[in-house]
Amino acid sequence: MDRCMSTASSTPIRKVSDGVSDQFPAGLRVLVVDDDPTCLKILEKMLRNCLYEVTTCSQAEVALSMLRESRTGFDIVLSDVHMPDMNGFKLLEQIGLEMDLPVIMMSADDGKDVVMKGVTHGACDYLIKPVRIEAIKNLWQHVVRKRRNELKEFEQSGSVEDGDRLQKASDELDYSSSVNEGSWKSSKKRKDDEDEGEERDDTSALKKPRVVWSVELHQQFVAAVNQLGIDKAVPKKILELMNVPGLTRENVASHLQKYRLYLRRLSGVSQHQGGVNTPFMSPQEASFRSISSFDGLDIQAFAASGQLPPQSLASLQAGLGRTTTSTGVAMPIVDQRNIFSSEISKLRFGSVQQLSNSGKQVSLLPGLPTSMEPKQLPHPHQSVQSFGSIGLQASEGTSTFLNMPTSLRTTLSTQMHGVHGNRSSPSMMQMSQTQSRNQSLNEMVGGHASGIPSTIGQQIFSNECSGQVLDRDRTTINGRSAACNPVSQVSSVVDFSMNHMTELPGNGFPLASATEVSNLTSRGMFQEGRKMGLKGSRGFAPSYDIFNELHQPKTQDWELQNVGLNFEASQHLNSIIQSNTNHAPSIMGGQGFSSSLKNGQNINMLVYGNAVVSAGEANEHGNTENSAQRPNIHLVNTSFRVKSEEIPDLSCEKLLIPDHFGQDDLMSALLKQQQGVGPVESEYNFDGYTMDNISV
Amino acid sequence: MDVSQMQRQLVDYTASLFREGFLDDQFTQLQQLQDESNPDFVIEVVSLFFEDSERLVNDLGRALNQPIVDFKKVDAHVHQLKGSSSSIGAERVKNSCIAFRNFCEEQNTEGCLRCLQQVKQEYFLVKNKLESLFRLEQQILAAGGSIPLVE
Repeated sequence: MDRCMSTASSTPIRKVSDGVSDQFPAGLRVLVVDDDPTCLKILEKMLRNCLYEVTTCSQAEVALSMLRESRTGFDIVLSDVHMPDMNGFKLLEQIGLEMDLPVIMMSADDGKDVVMKGVTHGACDYLIKPVRIEAIKNLWQHVVRKRRNELKEFEQSGSVEDGDRLQKASDELDYSSSVNEGSWKSSKKRKDDEDEGEERDDTSALKKPRVVWSVELHQQFVAAVNQLGIDKAVPKKILELMNVPGLTRENVASHLQKYRLYLRRLSGVSQHQGGVNTPFMSPQEASFRSISSFDGLDIQAFAASGQLPPQSLASLQAGLGRTTTSTGVAMPIVDQRNIFSSEISKLRFGSVQQLSNSGKQVSLLPGLPTSMEPKQLPHPHQSVQSFGSIGLQASEGTSTFLNMPTSLRTTLSTQMHGVHGNRSSPSMMQMSQTQSRNQSLNEMVGGHASGIPSTIGQQIFSNECSGQVLDRDRTTINGRSAACNPVSQVSSVVDFSMNHMTELPGNGFPLASATEVSNLTSRGMFQEGRKMGLKGSRGFAPSYDIFNELHQPKTQDWELQNVGLNFEASQHLNSIIQSNTNHAPSIMGGQGFSSSLKNGQNINMLVYGNAVVSAGEANEHGNTENSAQRPNIHLVNTSFRVKSEEIPDLSCEKLLIPDHFGQDDLMSALLKQQQGVGPVESEYNFDGYTMDNISV
Repeated sequence: MDVSQMQRQLVDYTASLFREGFLDDQFTQLQQLQDESNPDFVIEVVSLFFEDSERLVNDLGRALNQPIVDFKKVDAHVHQLKGSSSSIGAERVKNSCIAFRNFCEEQNTEGCLRCLQQVKQEYFLVKNKLESLFRLEQQILAAGGSIPLVE
């Protein structure tokens, strides 16, 4: 360091928020507490030279009150051990309890006992004085690490009772999917198992069984918190207000903690986060309108992943309405991305809405296990939308949540697809676990956010698909096994990309043949029939990308992604799908999209729809794997089946996701597929589809 | 003396301080922290150190002269002195504080008093040296020269 760092003053960084990612770690808000004025001054200078925003304090009490006044005003605390008014360790404990900020202890004392005390009291690090500038420079790592851990925790806590919740969710959701539920449940169980395995891939660590904070659930949570007042919101009261059977105080408590952190991050750290998420958000915003829906989706995904009842998705949608209500959707998945995701979800939401024309539930949200059933399709729109919102919300709040890469993706996709969302969103979400998909979705989502979207989408997909098929498919879809996921995810993704699904294609959207996309739009999806995963998962991935990128401003198309094409296709598809009903339009979701994506058309939705449709047709054709070529209905065979669940009834209008066909058809298709098409499902593995491909 | 001569003198003098253990690398860190936005940073910090240290030394003297010595308190003071001296790189002061703490643990008043003397001595030595250094720097600046960067 030398004299060059003139910025010593201030904090250049607060503005970082704009550029967040670029600036980080600059702008990190540090509070230094030390009774030694010499040390204090030196530390202050060092921190400033590192472009951190510094606040100094020579008394522990004063520091505590500063922290209390502004809970989100600081990112990290540096404290001396030996202080006259309060023991440094005591301060450390207080901060940990009240604000949960990373705290670094400092001392000239390097005795083992003292250092051990630091560890046991929860210090993130212990610096020996004299502190060197090098140690100061890397202070940001503790902030990042803590956030990451929180996210993980969140996700995990969310999924505590995965299985149970899902069950409940499905029951509650009642997406008209008795069939779905049934199958979903069973598949879910299976899926859970598989999921666990699949989730392994998921970086977001949604692996453990967890209480799925579905969009709806999260909304309830947020409503309860708002009612009580964020400061007065205690888990017990929240639990009472929410009145959700099976939810424990612990679940709420951990969720609350995450939510708070999320809020804090949003407000304070937005900069940092922004950085993290920004990629996700910005591009997304434009294109992502769907993302907003995505939030819903995310939520859904989230829910899906666990238990997001389709209903919640729907509600999410409503709530999300795009915007992601930054509800800290429980989708912790996305870490930081949440913010981003929310944006995306917003976007998506928009698109989702479109999809959801039918107002179906956001079954798109893959995560939403609920309605994902084909029956749900009609819902799909709604669900989708909600999903979208969920996704968005999820993204917003959940950016962390959303980060659930896999699951989210699906959700996202679901949202996007709207159609998908409805479906199995919950399952999708879980499916997304399969992460591979999600990942792609995530990618789509925009990098960070993508995590979410994809997950959401994926989730959605997965949910949808998984609802029934998804679960099963999940494996397949995700390539791994949840084929559903991929599809779903993809679809969702695809949808998301709504704008232009084209993006999706980029991803390699499963629509492998993407080319067909145009035709396919419906086909696209299916073409890859096998691809279910849309081309190997890419298909969807694109949508996911779309999310992220939102490039596809097709925007609303996004849901329909294929909207351009999709609509037409979807319409076709829808009709077809409907007619095909069996053919698990789900497939389409993924596949169709891919192709559509290719065309740049809104494959998103279309794909979905296509997928659905195609699926229908495809199914007929026996999962033409590549039948995607066939316009429209090339449902990506089997794989789409999964979609069928997912593809929320995209009421043909939007084509987005043939909700209508949705669910019933898809369901059946899915079911069928599952049975017969086993392989197809794998196709679905949206792996290819998974947003990864969507290299948007 | 012309500027370049003064500069050379400054460099040599600084080097000797390091060589003799009065200052250590931490002091260099301080110098490196200084920049245009804060051109008197080193002087400010060192001044703070001087004030703080003198206060601590006085407190130590008082505490050790009590009929019943509160060694915990003495230790706390020494600990702080150790911390601040190490922060500015006053190596010899820091080292004498370490020895001081050992006696505190042993609750050896005699030993502590002796250490206190040692600490005082080292403190005044480094204070003089640093003041000379700053004076030399000021002279160079006044003559229109710039402070040669250490290292």
